[in-house]
Amino acid sequence: MSVLIENVRIIDPADDYDEVGALCLQGAEILARGQVPDGFEPRRRIDGTGLWVFPGLIDLSARMREPGEEHKATIASETLAAARGGITSVVIPPDTDPPIDSPAEIELIARRARQACGVRVYTLGALTQRLEGQQLAEMAALQQAGARGVSNAHKPLSSLLVLRRALEYATTFGLTTVLPAQDLSLTGSGCMHEGAVSTRLGLSGIPEAAETAALGAILALVEQTGARVHVARLSTRRGAEMIAKARAEGLPISADVAAHQLFLTEVDVAEFDPNGHVIPPLRAQRDRDGLREAVARGDISAICSDHQPHEADAKLGPFASTEPGISALETLLPLTLRLVEDGLLSLGDALARVTSGPAEILGFEQGRLGAGARADFVLYDPAALQEVRQLDWLSSGRNSPFFGWTFSGQVRETWVAGRPAWTQPTKGNTE
Amino acid sequence: MSDTVVTPALAGATRLPEPGPLPNRLQLTDDGQLRHLLTIEGLNRDLLIEILDTAESFANMNEKAVKKVPLLRGKTIVNLFFEASTRTRTTFELAAKRLSADVLNINISTSSAVKGESLLDTLRNLEAMNVDMFVVRHEESGTAHFIARHAAPGISVLNAGDGRHAHPTQALLDMFTIRRHKGDFTKLKVAIVGDILHSRVARSQIHALNILQTGEVRVVAPCSLLPADVDQLGVHVYNDLDAGLKDVDVIIMLRLQRERMEHAHLPSEHEYYQLFGLTSRRLQLAHPTCLVMHPGPANRGVEIESAVADGPHSVILQQVTYGISVRQAVMSMVMGAHQS
Repeated sequence: MSVLIENVRIIDPADDYDEVGALCLQGAEILARGQVPDGFEPRRRIDGTGLWVFPGLIDLSARMREPGEEHKATIASETLAAARGGITSVVIPPDTDPPIDSPAEIELIARRARQACGVRVYTLGALTQRLEGQQLAEMAALQQAGARGVSNAHKPLSSLLVLRRALEYATTFGLTTVLPAQDLSLTGSGCMHEGAVSTRLGLSGIPEAAETAALGAILALVEQTGARVHVARLSTRRGAEMIAKARAEGLPISADVAAHQLFLTEVDVAEFDPNGHVIPPLRAQRDRDGLREAVARGDISAICSDHQPHEADAKLGPFASTEPGISALETLLPLTLRLVEDGLLSLGDALARVTSGPAEILGFEQGRLGAGARADFVLYDPAALQEVRQLDWLSSGRNSPFFGWTFSGQVRETWVAGRPAWTQPTKGNTE
Repeated sequence: MSDTVVTPALAGATRLPEPGPLPNRLQLTDDGQLRHLLTIEGLNRDLLIEILDTAESFANMNEKAVKKVPLLRGKTIVNLFFEASTRTRTTFELAAKRLSADVLNINISTSSAVKGESLLDTLRNLEAMNVDMFVVRHEESGTAHFIARHAAPGISVLNAGDGRHAHPTQALLDMFTIRRHKGDFTKLKVAIVGDILHSRVARSQIHALNILQTGEVRVVAPCSLLPADVDQLGVHVYNDLDAGLKDVDVIIMLRLQRERMEHAHLPSEHEYYQLFGLTSRRLQLAHPTCLVMHPGPANRGVEIESAVADGPHSVILQQVTYGISVRQAVMSMVMGAHQS
């Protein structure tokens, strides 16, 4: 179908484009950006006056709990939540049950995604068989089945030697290895940032060194092997500084941060609020500020949701025995744009961290709006106000610390491959 | 004995940061009465002194032939212990009985709780029996908060120890003991010695001592048994016992758990005793009328010499006696807050 969105502000951070004009779609692709080509006869016209259009968000880490934990959420429920949040592509880490260590799981997830609302669902393959950290997974087969990279999620590798071999093997196929920087022996039984608040609450702390020691080992092996590595979910100022230095030295390394790390700190754990229980933990104010600076500089080139939906029971208990994670698909875009209001970075740069930035990290075609690009985009009303409410929350996981927060701006429509995947219900017209 | 003169803290002593509103939103009623006792942190000085004064009247009563009063007649109190305890549970039980309450003791080993019903299910089942108060001990920090947050309105929760977080009645009975022997807190130097890292008792004591405007609060321990940023709790940190004991008026020794060796916090009990054990010789460094306290059970020859534990400075057994009065005070106050 051909569609014309007229008189809309088009923000395409991939090439610093920001103009009011027309966006023309032909089928699943963008036909033209800015001017309407001669002879274009759209079947549908949308008046974009006062609205923005920008590329659909690419979320580098969203757990959808399928297969294996469908009591928490499903691909159907979570892709709809993603679409509502302006996210058109999500990447599922390999720690499903069973883990994504063979083409079968990738095919299952692809099948479920085809039956869902249209949001593109990608996977990371396992780095080691069953994520056990011993024998390498069949990465070539995983890649052929569609895996966009390889990762061992939060599961430990038995030694640095295994990590070295895994990096070398992944490099053979040009696969990016996605690694959280977390030394599990230093993490121990820790459940929050080690500092004044953990001392006060008597909770086991996770020291900063759990991140920086692991990051030191990763950087040494990247230097040794030349492997392309993406560091997932930084949480410390020091870690962000190490990444900045490594990038300045030309190492093939990138990093992302979860959106909540840019807003919350260890203080949000008090008094034992299980919605503040995340891994890596919410850290000190200076860490939060350091991460923000790294996002502004571009040393952290992607912001992700790190979406982890839970059933209510998973968060009902004494803090340490609750399951970590935040249901975050529906707050990724509002939080990212809040950074613009906070004066941290420009609108284009903020959108780059959730579109072209993550696209570059895992080599996605989408994440831009130029002619010939995939027609994955968000039609956004910057004048609307929205309150984050349980009432109209779409994710099956209600575990968000952001309920009650109010944001300016709202997703009006989310389109994937030239078709609407989500339309914000107007008053008196609920879907 | 009275402690009403407000004097500023000694110069240089770090004071507590302003307590946030949350702990009190949960444990105090709107008019500032104690509804639950979950933590000492955030309570004000007047309330602490009210508890100690109330305990004083119970202590006088407990020295008489008839010790029982009908204050909580018809009330049902459940001692819900998920972790082993002798002293704390029995003194809570005795305190409840002296207030004429009916007491139910439930000891749940965590392993069977894991297999069977969840903590919340256990709570709901007991609530269905129309109980009035839970006295809770659990190995996880924050459990008393969790239970207080989810308990039916009208039920009081007393924290009898949660993980490393808090043990408020222990701290209160320690303050009671210090006040009985020493009076004015503002002139005192108090040293807490031992495994601060794992100690809920130490955390509650530090809060209580600071709220009562104690002249100087010290913690003495090897670095591997100190929690991160411990000075922010409002204490002076010492790694050398001799220096830490110099001129102190009160020494509180903490129990050293044997499993600390397994997790590489310490090399051996032997070396710990050499460096951090309280001996008769070291006691002489303290003020001549220094009190020696221990929340029990003491490991003789590990953190404290027998001659000191049983010596003239020791008030370890009085702490146990006072524990009953303090728990009576807290129980009567929280039930009073619910009735008003």
